[in-house]
Amino acid sequence: MTLAGTIGSIILWTVLVSLFGLVAGLFLLGIDRKLAAHMQARIGPPLRQPFIDIRKLLVKENIVPENAIPWLFNSAPVIAVVSSLVILLYIPLGSLISPLGMYGDLILVMYLLTIPALAMVAGGFASGSPYATVGAQREMVTMIGYEFPLAIVVIGIAWRLWAAGVAHPFLLSSIAGNPIWGIVGPLGIIGLILLLIVLAVVTPAELSRIPFDTQEAETELAGGLLVEYSGRNLALFSLSTAVKTLVMGALAVAIFFPWNLSSFVAMPAGVAQVADLLFFLAKVVLVMFITVTLVRVGMARFRINQVVTVYWVHFALIGLAGLLLLMADSALGTAAGVL
Amino acid sequence: MKPTPSFNRSLWVYHFNSGSCNGCEIEIVAAITPRYDPERFGIKLVGSPRHADVMLVTGPVVKKMKDRLLRVYSQIPDPKVVMCIGTCGISGGVFYDSYNLEGPVDEVIPVDVYVPGCPPRPEAIIHGVVTALAKLERLEGGSA
Repeated sequence: MTLAGTIGSIILWTVLVSLFGLVAGLFLLGIDRKLAAHMQARIGPPLRQPFIDIRKLLVKENIVPENAIPWLFNSAPVIAVVSSLVILLYIPLGSLISPLGMYGDLILVMYLLTIPALAMVAGGFASGSPYATVGAQREMVTMIGYEFPLAIVVIGIAWRLWAAGVAHPFLLSSIAGNPIWGIVGPLGIIGLILLLIVLAVVTPAELSRIPFDTQEAETELAGGLLVEYSGRNLALFSLSTAVKTLVMGALAVAIFFPWNLSSFVAMPAGVAQVADLLFFLAKVVLVMFITVTLVRVGMARFRINQVVTVYWVHFALIGLAGLLLLMADSALGTAAGVL
Repeated sequence: MKPTPSFNRSLWVYHFNSGSCNGCEIEIVAAITPRYDPERFGIKLVGSPRHADVMLVTGPVVKKMKDRLLRVYSQIPDPKVVMCIGTCGISGGVFYDSYNLEGPVDEVIPVDVYVPGCPPRPEAIIHGVVTALAKLERLEGGSA
C-alpha cells in the first residue's frame, strides 16, 4: 500500500472510531443513569437522555464570563474532547485493529489520560470564578493522588508479561493478545485481583464520579470546574466525559479481560468482528456498572484530604502488595522451571 | 433563539431562595425524591445557574436578595424559564406589608409560571413544571 493510501485509511478509520466512541460513550452514560435509577427504585431517564441533554446544550446560549480568559476558556473543552478521542485510537476495541495501536503503548495512554483532566483544570482557572479555581486545585490534587496507583497497575502487568517472555510488554495489542490470567500461577492470581481492585478504584476518580468528585462537588462548589461553563462548551465537556468513560472501560477490558468471543466459537471473519465488538461492549458495560454505578449509588463523597490518603496510602499499598505477589509468582515459576 | 423539542426533555433546574422560610424548599426536595422521580423526564437539579434552564424562585424577595436575584437571573443562559414557587413569591404572603420587601418576585424579574400554596405540594410543583413545558412548546410553535 502506498503512503498516501495508508494515511487515508488511518484517517478514515480514525473518523469511524471517533464517531463510535462518541455514540457508545453517550449510551454508556445513559445506561449508567438508568441502572442507578433502578437501584434507587426509580424508573429513570431513557437511555438516550445524554443525547437529548447534548442537543439541548447546543441550543443554549454560550456565555463567556467577563473576567475569563476567552481563548483558554473556549479552547479547553475542545482539547478535552479531542484528547479523549485520541486515547480511544490506541485502545483495542474487540478484535478490531485500533487505528494508532502500533504507534503507541500503555505508557503513552497513561500520559494522554491526564490531558482531558489538565484541559479541565486550565478551563477552570481561565473561567475566573473562585468556585472553579478551588475545583481546579482539587482536580490537580486528585490527579496527583490517582496517578501513582494507576502507574503501579500498569508497571505490574507489563513487568509480569515481560518476565513471561512476551515481546513489547507495554504494547496494548500484546497485553490484549496474551491474557495475563493464563500466564501467572496461584500467587499471581491473588496479585492480579489486588491490581484489578486498584484499577477499579482509580476509574471513578478519572471520570470524576462519586466518591471522588470533590472537584465538581455540586453541593459545595456548585459544579466546581464547570461552574462557569454553559451551552456549547458544557456540551463538549459532557462529550469528553462520555468518551473517557468508554476509554476507562476499554482500558480495564484490554488489560484484565481481553478475551474475544471468536477465540472460543468458530465463526466467519466478518461475523466474528461484529460479535467481538458486541462482546467487548458488554464487558465495558459490566466494568462500568461495577466500578462507577454501583459505587456512586452506594457511597458518599470523600473529602479532598481523604482522597489523597485513600490513594497514596491505602491503594498504593494494596497495589504494591499485588506487585510483590506478581514478582514472587514469577520467581517461583522460574525456580520451578529450573528444577 | 428558539427551543428545540429536545429542550423539553432535558430541563435542568436551579433553585434560588430569595428569603423563603424553607417550607417550599422542603417540598421541592420532596418533588425530586424517587416517589415522583422527575429524572424520568430529564429534569435534574444543578448547582450552577450557568447550567440551568429553569429557575425556581422561592420567598418574597427581601431587600438584600434583590441584587442577587437579578444577578443570578442574568447569569442563566437563554432560553430560560422562571417558576415562582409559593404564596410569598406571588403576593408577599404574610409578609405583604413588611418594610423589608422588594418583591413579590414578578416585580423584580419576569415570571413564567406561578405555583401557589404555602407551601405547595410536590404534585403542584410538578404540575407547574408541566405548565412550563406547555409554555415552551408554544414558544417552539412561535405563537407566543
